[in-house]
Amino acid sequence: MGFLDIDNVTKSYGAVKVLNETEISVEKGEFLVLVGPSGCGKSTLLNMIAGLESVTSGELRINGRRINEARPADRNIAMVFQSYALYPNMTVRGNISFGMEMHGIPKPEREKKIAAVAELLQITQLLDRKPGQLSGGQRQRVAMGRALTRDPDVFLFDEPLSNLDAKLRVDMRTEIKKLHAKLGTTIVYVTHDQIEALTLSTRIAVMFGGDVQQLGTPQEIYDNPANMFVAGFMGSPAMNLVPARLRNIGGVMSAEVTLATGTAITLPFPKASHLTQDDGREIILGIRPEALTDPEGASRDSQAIHQVDIPVDVIEPAGSDTFVTVSLGGKDAIGRFRAHTSARSGQPFPFAFDMEKAVAFDPVTEARLA
Amino acid sequence: MTLRPARLFLYLILAVFCVYYLLPLYVMLVNSLKPLSEITSGGMMALPGDWTTAAWTNAWSQAQVGVEATGLKPYFMNSFLMVVPAVAIATLMGALNGYVLTKWSFKGATVLFGLILFGCFIPFQIVLIPMARALGFLGLAGTVPGLIFVHIIYGISFSTLYFRNYYAAFPTELVRAAEIDGAGFFTIFWRIMLPNSGPIAVVCVIWLFTNIWNDFLFGASFADYDSQPMTVALNNLVQSSTGVKEYNVHFAGAIMAALPTLLVYIVAGRFFVRGLMSGSVKG
Amino acid sequence: MARSAPSAAARMRELLPRIVLSPTIALIAIFVYGFIFFTTYLSFSDSRMLPSFGWVGFDNYVKLFQLRTWDIAITNLAIFGTLYIGICCVLGLSLAILLDQKIRAEGFIRTVYLYPMALSFIVTGVAWKWFLDPGIGLESVVQGWGWESFEFNWIKDRDMAIYTIVIAAVWQTSGFVMATFLAGLRGIDSEILHAAEVDGASKFALYRRIVIPQLRPAFLSAFVVLAHMAIKSYDLVVALTNGGPGTATEVPATFMYSYTFTRNQMGVGAASAEIMLLTIAAVIVPYLWSELREPKR
Repeated sequence: MGFLDIDNVTKSYGAVKVLNETEISVEKGEFLVLVGPSGCGKSTLLNMIAGLESVTSGELRINGRRINEARPADRNIAMVFQSYALYPNMTVRGNISFGMEMHGIPKPEREKKIAAVAELLQITQLLDRKPGQLSGGQRQRVAMGRALTRDPDVFLFDEPLSNLDAKLRVDMRTEIKKLHAKLGTTIVYVTHDQIEALTLSTRIAVMFGGDVQQLGTPQEIYDNPANMFVAGFMGSPAMNLVPARLRNIGGVMSAEVTLATGTAITLPFPKASHLTQDDGREIILGIRPEALTDPEGASRDSQAIHQVDIPVDVIEPAGSDTFVTVSLGGKDAIGRFRAHTSARSGQPFPFAFDMEKAVAFDPVTEARLA
Repeated sequence: MTLRPARLFLYLILAVFCVYYLLPLYVMLVNSLKPLSEITSGGMMALPGDWTTAAWTNAWSQAQVGVEATGLKPYFMNSFLMVVPAVAIATLMGALNGYVLTKWSFKGATVLFGLILFGCFIPFQIVLIPMARALGFLGLAGTVPGLIFVHIIYGISFSTLYFRNYYAAFPTELVRAAEIDGAGFFTIFWRIMLPNSGPIAVVCVIWLFTNIWNDFLFGASFADYDSQPMTVALNNLVQSSTGVKEYNVHFAGAIMAALPTLLVYIVAGRFFVRGLMSGSVKG
Repeated sequence: MARSAPSAAARMRELLPRIVLSPTIALIAIFVYGFIFFTTYLSFSDSRMLPSFGWVGFDNYVKLFQLRTWDIAITNLAIFGTLYIGICCVLGLSLAILLDQKIRAEGFIRTVYLYPMALSFIVTGVAWKWFLDPGIGLESVVQGWGWESFEFNWIKDRDMAIYTIVIAAVWQTSGFVMATFLAGLRGIDSEILHAAEVDGASKFALYRRIVIPQLRPAFLSAFVVLAHMAIKSYDLVVALTNGGPGTATEVPATFMYSYTFTRNQMGVGAASAEIMLLTIAAVIVPYLWSELREPKR
């Protein structure tokens, strides 16, 4: 049993089931990110933990205590909302103090808490302003400050950075991470941004269609996605999903990929060594852009670099990297080259496939095979 | 910019309509400030030759309105005694209703809202007969509290409409945040919703104030001589067929009856217009 | 784990919103719907001076439609309603368009056009009653200016008196219609107008082909408000003509009042109120329905 248990929880609105049986156990101090496209059930799950939506079936427990029926205020949680939800009629001080006031904390103690939190978040000079006079980043800090005063068992974040501009988002991301490191509170954090998920979390639950598709550390999710949805959703540019065929050549497994020219290339695929019975089986080969590079850019640690000349379709310089598009198995695939590459569009160029990083999926079930 | 003559013509038309809209006000004002003889001799449009406030004092405290020659003063007071509590209670109830209908909505809430809303539009003739009996039954017949009661009931539909539409656009996350902060139903209402309802409260108060102050039908139907509101008293003054028609007194009385709502309009016209516009239900 | 029964406090919390709403629901149920039901029943009863519950079927309605006064009242309502709504819309739209030409002092002009809406119909009635009175008002003033043959005695004329009510009502309400349309005009995306100008549309074509068609919602809400004010209009008639001369300006609202409370024909009065309600409902119910229908997800 973990610190926060999501035990077989479901949610239905009438006949519509928006969250299927979900089982997640969060340890104390963990930073769990629920990530997925809109409508995947992540916000519903968060709201259920907060007590803002009822639980259709299953049980929610914090520290072993069932909280399904507890009021939001009695769950000892705090929440930061997407819009920050600062009370516009109160000053920053009033906003931070309101929750403590509701819980009957005496004024001197409240003042002390406010001062400490304001110090921590560097908003002391803003305490007497109204939310309308604050910038987006400042509001974000106040919203976190309000949540912090509660000393909650669990901290809930509902897409807290999505209203900020790109630069501020990166700054605040770092700050949330620092805060977590400093305070060690258990956090459940909802976002649709896979980079936020990868950078912040200790564990990620990738959700889609009301189901948790995969639950794991950022590394596990990134390197070994459980299925094609996770593979496509996590990482940017997305993992290349290339139609291919398994080949058993004298007991050594390879993946065979057809180029635009019609020639087939054979890539040794040691990871598929448990599939020797499946010679000729159609698969979807998953290769991240950073595993499809110029030869000089290939990983030095990898034992399975395979080099092939392929005609280049499009070259897109992006500052630190250059993205190179080629046709693999009839699909566009993107490779990540170093900034100054000599590849030219229309001309063949040697590509290095890092087959240690490649994965394979079943085209029908979309589950990972290797 | 268009050609100058066209522009001039445009301003001319607009000015003509200004005259059209202001003319009755001008007529009321100048004629309330002259002696009766100047009016009856055909000088209605002229400025007073002999400026006098006699008609005003007459209308306020001497004119024969009901049985006694009390002037309009007591009826003016009746109207205030009626309007203030009715507006306050109807507004507060409307705010609570709007809060429930948007932030604590339940199945069937929209249907209930539709049923409440229909109350805005019924012709009050349909309730006159039973209401007369109901007021008698409640012991409120012919009293100011009786009128207050009637105006609250038929004001709630409007105040609910206003607050419901306003709160529908009010961020629900604030309510959720307050819930997590530990605030209950009424605390959220008093501490979060009401302090952020300034504009719509003004709209609602102005609308109800204007409507209730200007009401004639309920006043004429349910008031006794001593509980009549200003509009009914003014009409009695003007329609009374005994004696000489004192037009100047009538005009002075009419301005008195118009003054409170006119002041509200001048001070807070912006909100007045917004209230009118809420004839479209979604707001 | 056993599911614990929700505590009384939790149940109370759950029910609180409905409890708060319930007084309003009760009031509306009794004083709107209950009373409508009651009046409907009376319209089928033999009530005279006081409510009575003897069922007479449609007798009151038959009697109602045989009454000459009722005939006058609904004819008047038809004339008044059509002219009132028509003139208000035309005048309101015209003024709105004129005011939308980047006019200086627009705020002041708008205030002047709209202030009559703040007045009581009784005040409006008094002002226009004496202003249109041939003895002291417009007629006598113009004659005094030297145009001896000028005549304007509509308010005393059986055939024309109803039009004086139109004049006063239009004066009171047209500013509101103007404001509705002006808000509609201001809500139109200016890029569309620029696009039309680039397409070479004249100012006239711009309004006729692009702007006015987009004012449909404003027309609709103006129509709904005006129609329901027309049917309910009572105060203005009482103050301006008191139904006279004779019964020349009787409208359903005044008819209902006099038959119910002074002529002791409560059954007939109730029937007339019923007709008024049905007429308004025919306009309002479809409107409310379309406005409140939940958007399909």
